[in-house]
Amino acid sequence: MEELKIELKEKIIEALNLEDMSIEDIKDTDVLFDEGLGLDSIDALELIIILDKDYGIKLTDSKDGKKIFQSIETMAQYITDHRTK
Amino acid sequence: MNLLQNKIPVYVTNGNCVTPLGFNLVNNLQEIKNGQVAIDKITDESLQSESFYGAVIDKIKLKIAFSKLNYKGEFSTLEMMMLLAVDEIVVTYKEQFIDKCGIIFSSTKGNINALSTEDNTAYFLHHLAKKVSTAIGIKTEPIVLSNACVSGIMAISVAKRLIQTGVYNHFVVIGGDLFSKFVFSGFQSFQAISAQPCKPYDKTRDGITLGEASAAIFVTKNKALTESSFCYEIIGDSSINDANHISGPSRTGEGLFQSVNNAMKEVNIESSAIDCISSHGTATNFNDEMEAQAFNRAALENTPVFSLKACFGHTLGAAGLLETVISLAFADENLIPPSLGYNEDGLTLPLNINNEIQEKEVNIVLKTASGFGGSNTAVLFKKCTTDEK
Amino acid sequence: MEVTPPFFLKNALQMKNNIIHYCNIKNNEVYLDGKKLYTGAEEDFLSFIKGVYKSFGLDYPKFYKMDTLCKLAIASSSILLNGINKEIDPNMAILLSNRSACIDVDIKHQESISQGEGSYASPANFVYTLPNIALGEISIKYKLRSENSFFIFEGFNPEFLIEYGNSLTQLGKSSSVLCGWVEVIENEYNAFMFIIKPEKGIELTKENLEKLI
Repeated sequence: MEELKIELKEKIIEALNLEDMSIEDIKDTDVLFDEGLGLDSIDALELIIILDKDYGIKLTDSKDGKKIFQSIETMAQYITDHRTK
Repeated sequence: MNLLQNKIPVYVTNGNCVTPLGFNLVNNLQEIKNGQVAIDKITDESLQSESFYGAVIDKIKLKIAFSKLNYKGEFSTLEMMMLLAVDEIVVTYKEQFIDKCGIIFSSTKGNINALSTEDNTAYFLHHLAKKVSTAIGIKTEPIVLSNACVSGIMAISVAKRLIQTGVYNHFVVIGGDLFSKFVFSGFQSFQAISAQPCKPYDKTRDGITLGEASAAIFVTKNKALTESSFCYEIIGDSSINDANHISGPSRTGEGLFQSVNNAMKEVNIESSAIDCISSHGTATNFNDEMEAQAFNRAALENTPVFSLKACFGHTLGAAGLLETVISLAFADENLIPPSLGYNEDGLTLPLNINNEIQEKEVNIVLKTASGFGGSNTAVLFKKCTTDEK
Repeated sequence: MEVTPPFFLKNALQMKNNIIHYCNIKNNEVYLDGKKLYTGAEEDFLSFIKGVYKSFGLDYPKFYKMDTLCKLAIASSSILLNGINKEIDPNMAILLSNRSACIDVDIKHQESISQGEGSYASPANFVYTLPNIALGEISIKYKLRSENSFFIFEGFNPEFLIEYGNSLTQLGKSSSVLCGWVEVIENEYNAFMFIIKPEKGIELTKENLEKLI
């Protein structure tokens, strides 16, 4: 799962244009939304696209997203459990 | 010159529209009264594998209708829609076109399909505007307003302001947008497309239904020119940005509330003087809730509200203008149009959703719209009385 | 009928609007009130505007998410508003215009949905496919709950900016206006932002605007 976490950090930095940030700056348990990394609703939708495009997981209810996208840790766990790619 | 104290009245008249329900206002009104809607089930695998809902114009019928106008040369789908919508205005006001007459176009994406072709000249909105204004014989430099979904109603406001400062005497206002893969795919990525025909303000609402349309209206300071059609004075207008988020509306409806409040203050009326509200009502969770907040803050919770999006879908740059034309035409007959798709209330604050055609004396209509970028527009229209007319 | 204006305009209305400050970003250079403040060496727009962002210490991480139009609009408006050392008028309207709308991100979005089976639209792109988002970004950054609108013309249209800008203050809709021509298409760009207000300044004429752009 460690590789997946690094992969996720790289994807997030690129897809969400978190310039001036490196994978070392994101801890596995950092809160991603609001405080923490300060991601917003559009970023959440972008993460949903990544889940579909890269891991074959379709999230139709963006409200589920809140729990899944809480941190890199929770994201990686969810992907490991549900990925089809 | 103190323009505040000496504001000249400006009127709107001769509205028309081209929608899936018909290619003129009369047909559209009749279809709505017959309970018809422009939204239909569509199967198009290039957009998505499952069928979806949308309001799309029959392009074969459009071409046949357009060919009767005898314009020479090639015109895109959107240009044909616009030329059809503005035709009556062209016939009625040709003489005024050389009397300080401006033209404003309202569109979000214009000829968006031209973006995917080799020659994307047609993509540019000024190109579309020049083509249509030249075809109808207006020589002044066309103004294009591209301000998200408030464009159609904001364009009327812009026309009013430029007439009141004496720069122009009249304006032709034309709005239009297409149903496109470009826009549909974008809203899909937002998870904002409804799986059902959209249901503004309803508890089970789950997003927008997209549509396409064009509309046109004539704006003038000369009341005598309004005799052939409906006549409304534009008595108040304001467009205040939420300054909150680029795609989500302010949770407290700040910008919309201020726009409505400013429009009422401009003409010194209380909310009780407003007879009905033609709202934005896109049927997303956030938009409809935001409107409930804003209208309650403006003490409009008892005023009949209706959204025409359940009939026409969300027609983007055409919406504000199309919905104004339909609303004013209904009001001319002392009718309030229905807000379809509303069965069970889904708002945290009360609104008086008018879900059936209602007979009521209508003198003052409030039109509102909101859009991406935090935009909001509110315009108040007052029916010209028979004495004045 | 007496009408009370929503803003403190009764005196201001008697005076004509003048250009009180302006900013230019073009040809790899940045100017404020006609004084050159920065030259960038980069050949492509994105690298250049990033250089401007860093050099002027704009400190606004959202910048990196923006499309080219919003980047240019935020950079030019920030340099102008930060640089004038006065409190920003909360009733300042924003009136922007250009020729190419937001064509760069439109093409990006179009390409992303033209990949056949592997097509995925990006919400982060799509949200920028409207030119008036630039108004939203400026409004959010400077907390401006005011009138704003985005217009498209074939070329820089000083007469319209003067006519419409003047109507906003003369009719009591705002007490000043941030006007602009903000045009970017691939690596060609030109931003000219100016504030008009009924105060002393450069006379607001077509000729002057054409000289300053």
